Amino acid sequence: MRKPLVVRILSSLDTRAWIAMAVFLGLALAVVPVLHLALPEESPFHVSTYAITLLGKIMCYALVAVAMDLIWGYGGILSLGHGLFFALGGYAFGMYLMRQIGHDAAELPAFMVFLDWKELPWFWLGSDSFGWAAFLVMALPALVAFVFGYFAFRSRIKGVYFSIITQALTYAAMLLFFRNETGFGGNNGFTDFKRVLGYGITAPETRLVLFGLTALALAATLVFAAWLVKSKFGRVLTAIRDAESRVMFIGYNPLWYKLGIWVVSAVLCGIAGALYVPQVGIINPSEMSPGNSIEIAIWVAVGGRGTLIGPIIGAFVVNLAKSWFTVSFPEYWLFFLGLLFIVVTLMLPQGLVGLWKKLMNKEGAAA
Amino acid sequence: MNAAISHSLEGRPEGSHGAEQMGHLVTGGLDLSHGVALYLEDITVSFDGFRALNQLNLTIDAGELRCIIGPNGAGKTTMMDVITGKTRPDAGKAFFGQTIDLTRLTEPEIAHAGIGRKFQKPTIFERHTVFENLELAMKTDKRVWTSLFAWLSGEARDRIADTLRLIRLDKEADRPAGLLSHGQKQWLEIGMLLMQEPRLLLLDEPVAGMTDDETMRTAELFVSLAGKHSLVVVEHDMAFVEKLGGKVTVLHEGSVLAEGDLATVQNDQRVIEVYLGR
Repeated sequence: MRKPLVVRILSSLDTRAWIAMAVFLGLALAVVPVLHLALPEESPFHVSTYAITLLGKIMCYALVAVAMDLIWGYGGILSLGHGLFFALGGYAFGMYLMRQIGHDAAELPAFMVFLDWKELPWFWLGSDSFGWAAFLVMALPALVAFVFGYFAFRSRIKGVYFSIITQALTYAAMLLFFRNETGFGGNNGFTDFKRVLGYGITAPETRLVLFGLTALALAATLVFAAWLVKSKFGRVLTAIRDAESRVMFIGYNPLWYKLGIWVVSAVLCGIAGALYVPQVGIINPSEMSPGNSIEIAIWVAVGGRGTLIGPIIGAFVVNLAKSWFTVSFPEYWLFFLGLLFIVVTLMLPQGLVGLWKKLMNKEGAAA
Repeated sequence: MNAAISHSLEGRPEGSHGAEQMGHLVTGGLDLSHGVALYLEDITVSFDGFRALNQLNLTIDAGELRCIIGPNGAGKTTMMDVITGKTRPDAGKAFFGQTIDLTRLTEPEIAHAGIGRKFQKPTIFERHTVFENLELAMKTDKRVWTSLFAWLSGEARDRIADTLRLIRLDKEADRPAGLLSHGQKQWLEIGMLLMQEPRLLLLDEPVAGMTDDETMRTAELFVSLAGKHSLVVVEHDMAFVEKLGGKVTVLHEGSVLAEGDLATVQNDQRVIEVYLGR
């Protein structure tokens, strides 16, 4: 008997994973808001605005890490340009936030006024509509990923060559966005947002809603990814990773499988970027810098690629370490990050999740 | 009325909405009306001036079992690369049946047309289970959209179970294929080939690393497949070639040196020279 899709999606995670997810969502949607709003600031259980912003930001990163893992851990394709898709999603939503600043919708964003522009460029048309912005958040990364991926995968560009080209792609985009004439605020990017859907963007309630939405998006992405990798599509994908020529000779065209997961991964990054911008309050071209994209790969490597929980753990561990380091020893952060990457690559090829499994097995064998 | 409509919708082949992805996939069906399964004419392939294949001519009849032998560098693997679309010939014709021009199709298209290939080094999906290896190879719609929502029917499970028994791996079905012995991996790859339901099987050294017992069982399997399928077997193991019994083609420096039954070929003066002369 064929099982309905809903049942198959539900069974793509085991009971323990569903319980963990329920606990996570309970914390994000109920416990954190109550602790933030109901408790006075001097209470030890009060969750500060800083903590909410930080955790919301890291959840966005975790979403990007899962997207990265789909293409790298399962597809065997290392992208060092995923920061571009994240930034495109952020810019697409940032345009809408810029239009929400002014009281009059016809008013130009401030940076255009400084450039002495008299009217909105054509690509800003419709940017005052939330629906159009939400569409662009997904469509823009998808389009760029499709066009780039189609030519790269059709030419059978693989391995380190592919990685280098993705680095070049995000770097080129960064240079483009740095220019004032491009029409996206130059090196300052977009900032000073005031409202989203008419609500004040710094209001505690708005922050909590954005925080909750990010948690929901992360959970939904995890379920979707689990379903994807457990479907036959996922098995073909890992088969392409392990023995691409065999896959071709049994009649699959790897192009469409790679392109499919590549576009899905880019769209997920776009969504993460759109959730990131209103919480952090700024988007500028530095999000497209090559270093940012490499960092994404490090999160996934540290957590454990080829597992779905690994990238989330990696994103949290590395970014929490980063926020501590950049306050305590700002000049050593990059050294530490490099060291971490080397240690993980040499000693923990399966990342923290692999380490955990190893320890559990040893314990199991000893018992 | 409504029930009838929904039934007719469900009855539609699942891949129909994904057709535009690989619209060029459907080739004219395989035409074996003239009794020829594979036809190679004057195939030439050069790599940096080195002629891996030099005006190679070869015809495989429908249902035939053909062995190809030849010293290293004779062009056996390059010939398989040309037939399966991995390498494009510089000159010459390659047809599958009467109508399918192999020089114009991609690897997956050639696989769909009905040519299965076993590599010299067993190439299986080591991290997938034995069962999944066969499932992925099974003849079906292999486009992305179909794979996303694919499920295994009871019929499909039975077919996989049959193949598992045939290749004697039914007890290993749920183990990762990487844990199999070398001989078992060879069998698994042969099993994957059979799941594709090809009309022409290209087998590059299929019994390398097998025990004598496994080798003889493989020979029996191939002989039983001939007739319904055409087989091209590249092999160095003369006992195995003898057991298969079909016509033998000797390749040397990219073209055919001799052709005939094994005894004739073995007594051919030129063949002896090539193998022993230098």
